[in-house]
Amino acid sequence: MAYTGLVLISHSQKIAEGMKEIIRQVIKEVPIQPAGGTDENEIGTSIDKILQAIEQADDGNGVILMYDLGSAKMNAEMAIEMTDRENIKLAEAPLVEGSYVAAVEAGQGKSVDAIIDNLKRHF
Amino acid sequence: MDVFQVEHAHTWLKLANERIQANKEQLTELDQAIGDGDHGINMARGFKEVISKLDANDYDTVADVMKDTAMTLMSKVGGASGPLYGTAFLKLSMAFKGKNVDYQTFIKGIDEAVNGLKQRGKAEIGEKTLVDVWAAVSETLQDNTTFAGDTILQTAKTAMEHTKETMATKGRAAYFKERSIGHLDPGAVSSYYLFEALSLTIDEGA
Repeated sequence: MAYTGLVLISHSQKIAEGMKEIIRQVIKEVPIQPAGGTDENEIGTSIDKILQAIEQADDGNGVILMYDLGSAKMNAEMAIEMTDRENIKLAEAPLVEGSYVAAVEAGQGKSVDAIIDNLKRHF
Repeated sequence: MDVFQVEHAHTWLKLANERIQANKEQLTELDQAIGDGDHGINMARGFKEVISKLDANDYDTVADVMKDTAMTLMSKVGGASGPLYGTAFLKLSMAFKGKNVDYQTFIKGIDEAVNGLKQRGKAEIGEKTLVDVWAAVSETLQDNTTFAGDTILQTAKTAMEHTKETMATKGRAAYFKERSIGHLDPGAVSSYYLFEALSLTIDEGA
């Protein structure tokens, strides 16, 4: 079965990687791509990294982008504008809790829109 | 100057880069006060890459210069200034596409850039961001009919200095609330350098 994918965008590569580890303890099958730090893995975010992560996380069911702070949101929005893929959406929820909730729901086979709606209600 | 040409665009960015490199420490210090302290480093890295890119290519149109500038800033800057300045130059590129950049075309481009910046950063005028400088310059440009360097410079300077008195409600500085008052906004200052470079370009190319 194909799942909704997740991209975890943080200013810190360690936070994005660490968040994936937390989720992977429980959720094994959902595609999860960290996109943390700049291209040099310094503090910041990278549109190129986010675009690549979207490619890798998309099994054809779309991808939800989770982010930590303001400028990550700008880069996430730009990546969504630049990608040719369909059904790539940004969620407004705290990165850690939100990503966890989204991963659990993706694991249950829920769609991008259903998960986004639930995150809105939840946070 | 009647028409903004490819060499003017190149000179503009070269002069902007010189200013940003020379004031890298200042921009970083401003950002340490009310932000994450990377503005100088980020802008210096991004603009250095822009110049490398522009120097390595020959351009037929101002639109193409703006586009390569936008793409480079988006991928090389890293902080919030990457997507913001990237968006501004992308809007300039779109407005200039297929056109001779006369004064009317130029001011339309700047106006589109202001709208793009507002949209990207979800910011309005008076929120202590680079929008304050861009919007003020755009308004002055609308009030004039020809390229005038000094007017741009004075407007950008006044708007930049005004950010010292306002409270940030957008960007990383917003977390500091009233403690952001009394500090210049780093993005407004780097935008001032950009417009200072533009005013010099216009005066030299007149």
